[in-house]
Amino acid sequence: MASDTLQSTSHTGWRAWLLTDTPASRMQARLGQLYLGWRTFRSNPLALIGFLIIVALVLMAIFAPLLAVHDPYAQNLDLRLRAPGEDGYWLGSDDLGRDIWSRIVHGAPITLQIVAIVAVTAPTIGLLVGTAAGYLGGWIDVVLMRITDIFLAFPRLVLALAFVAVLGAGIENAILAITLTAWPPYARIARAETLTIRRADFIAAIRLQGAGPIRIITGHIWPLCLSSIIIRVTLDMAGVILTAAGLGFLGLGAQPPLPEWGAMISAGRDFFLDSWWVATIPGLAIFIVSLGFNLLGDGLRDVLDPKRKSA
Amino acid sequence: MATSEALLVEGLTVAFDGSVAVDAATFAVEEGASFGLVGESGSGKSTILRAIAGLVPDWSGRIEVMGHPLGRRRGAEFFRTVQMVFQDPYGSLHPRHTVDRTLSEPLLLHRFDRVEQRIEEALEQVGLGPSFRFRYPHQLSGGQRQRVAIARALMLEPRILLLDEPTSALDVSVQAEVLNLLDRLRVDRGLTYLLVSHNLAVVAHMCERIAVMQGGRIVETLRADAMRNLTPTNPYTRDLLVASQGYSAGEEE
Repeated sequence: MASDTLQSTSHTGWRAWLLTDTPASRMQARLGQLYLGWRTFRSNPLALIGFLIIVALVLMAIFAPLLAVHDPYAQNLDLRLRAPGEDGYWLGSDDLGRDIWSRIVHGAPITLQIVAIVAVTAPTIGLLVGTAAGYLGGWIDVVLMRITDIFLAFPRLVLALAFVAVLGAGIENAILAITLTAWPPYARIARAETLTIRRADFIAAIRLQGAGPIRIITGHIWPLCLSSIIIRVTLDMAGVILTAAGLGFLGLGAQPPLPEWGAMISAGRDFFLDSWWVATIPGLAIFIVSLGFNLLGDGLRDVLDPKRKSA
Repeated sequence: MATSEALLVEGLTVAFDGSVAVDAATFAVEEGASFGLVGESGSGKSTILRAIAGLVPDWSGRIEVMGHPLGRRRGAEFFRTVQMVFQDPYGSLHPRHTVDRTLSEPLLLHRFDRVEQRIEEALEQVGLGPSFRFRYPHQLSGGQRQRVAIARALMLEPRILLLDEPTSALDVSVQAEVLNLLDRLRVDRGLTYLLVSHNLAVVAHMCERIAVMQGGRIVETLRADAMRNLTPTNPYTRDLLVASQGYSAGEEE
């Protein structure tokens, strides 16, 4: 009973301010929307787990030097291929006697960097191309969408391989190659959304007030495409991590001795039968992070779906 | 001279993919008057509004606004003279924009001064208080949304309002409120209305002159009192009137 009354009193404070039907400023209206979204998100336990995994990854990346118990590059050939728990190696050591836990921790910022750059650039390119094609129509639509089709005609990893082969191996070029192969699906989604939005009366109304195509696309169409794009981004991140790991595995992404997870799996491949942990542990790291992004994407879909019941 | 005519439409023809939606429509609306277009669904009445507003790319004929003939492209001057209120208040407001953003955008586009003040005045005029200013459309009822849409149309201080079935998506009780609001605004601001509706009662209430459309053609133009007295000359108009009376009689039972 006591907790009940406590709950209802806190409802009249900041929560009432957020949930009011009569916000007094732009800021309050926006914060109220964010709070409602957070409440929907919070009610989905799986999404919350995904969110926590991503938060853990971010914290790991920030505090990597503190969390790593060894130098990730320090080799010790006397203590190579130790099993997890042996000789102070929590997750074992690899073929050069490097601590796998420390390498995983130092691999987190690399993974995060790949994910962050691709998550910002690829959807932006896709959004620009898709909304311009969808709204302007005509020959612009034809040209932009045929270019998109050409990109979509190749399997993603093969196209990324081709780009890396042209640009040269390395983590930066791997990111660039992934971005170049990741944008076409976003362009497709954005165009499809735009085609349904452009006939809406609110677009006709703003056209009738003299707004030009750039203002309409950025101010009126983008906000409505954004939710489906964000959902797609979080669901795609798993694929991006896997592509980066795949490029690393094939030796075209991160170069040794950089502790990139895909490259670590590749290095552990030769000892897989005797020392399973060398390849398995970075594999598990990739799996957990990919799963985290997928669960987060599912939760965001519930929050951002424009068709969801309001409040 | 036709100096007092706010809107002149002559031989307006609109065709979509070979089918003619509007066939040589001709009418004129005096400044400060209210002109109604009635007809069943698909008779082309909304298409006439959209052609005037520039939302239909292919039309032929002649449209004059305040004595100036319109070309293919509409300029800033046109947008400040003619504004439109759409049928469905659920589809005519951007779902992710607050009322404030919806109302301020036309002002910013046309570099109006006193933006804050104008928004508050506009909300006041359509019977919504300042508490509505930062709400999103989903926090408003249908009637409130339509009031916001009317306020938006008035932000640029237009002389002519195109009303595309402004009340047909609303509850009957709310319809009367919105119609009274439109009536009052016309008197206060000296606006010219071109109203499209399939509801003869609405048109008879709001308009002095009425054009009846059938299959893309204007079959008759008559005064509202002629319609109220049931003395139309055209047989289709008579049928329409009888049909609407039968409907309302059936409703009263």
